[in-house]
Amino acid sequence: MIPLEWYLALAGLIFGMGALSILINRNLIIVLISLEVMLAGVNLALVALSHYMNDIRGQVLALFSIAVAAGSVAVGLSLLIANFNLRKSIDIEDLRELREEQGND
Amino acid sequence: MIYLIFAYFCASMIGITLMALTRKNPVHSVLWLLLLFLHIAVLYLFLNAEFLAVVQVIVYAGAILVMFLFTVFLLGAKELPKGKRYTDLPEGKALIGLSLTGVFIGAFSSITTAWKGKYTIEYIEKIGNTKALGVMLFNEYPLAVFLLGIILLIPMIAVAVIAWRAK
Repeated sequence: MIPLEWYLALAGLIFGMGALSILINRNLIIVLISLEVMLAGVNLALVALSHYMNDIRGQVLALFSIAVAAGSVAVGLSLLIANFNLRKSIDIEDLRELREEQGND
Repeated sequence: MIYLIFAYFCASMIGITLMALTRKNPVHSVLWLLLLFLHIAVLYLFLNAEFLAVVQVIVYAGAILVMFLFTVFLLGAKELPKGKRYTDLPEGKALIGLSLTGVFIGAFSSITTAWKGKYTIEYIEKIGNTKALGVMLFNEYPLAVFLLGIILLIPMIAVAVIAWRAK
């Protein structure tokens, strides 16, 4: 039987790679894809813990997580398209209108 | 044998994630992501979560990735940003991300499971994984299922409203 720690380390590694990619990428589509990768890592950890703790509640939680992820991605992609129609850009650096004005320093 | 299969899945999932997150073309990225989700579905089968494996393939590979592909096609591959790929200060952010990864791996892999529930493998085999999941879902979390319906309804309205405005 494979130790639980291996599954959790794999899930943590996938989550961390997604988080790193969210931090450094400029392309909004790639950012949303990294979000999906992070969610996949979390679901893997939930299902692994559910199996090794003999409790099916982890799978119920993973099911909720998948459903909420579907809704959030739909909203995110439609916002991306609306933003693209407005600015003709999906660069994350262009979303700076709410930023504080920078002085002459 | 099972260790060998698990080692293959570990190595290939790490490689596939790296490939998915470093492609320049988002279509390639989405296709690598599809491969990652199929690997995760097989790992769910290892963990005796047959229903979630099927849901993973149907919902993620069938619905969400098609949504991504539609978006990429709507935008058009020519419109993608041609300038710099990474945000400012990528080294600092990469350092933050790597240390975050280290913290996650360290914290996750030191979890120990002292408590054991009553849903053993034999019990789930007797009544079936899907039935056990459904009984738990509708007996213990009925309110959460209602809320989930609302959570799925609101994005539908939101997407329609945003698309209306965008016209």
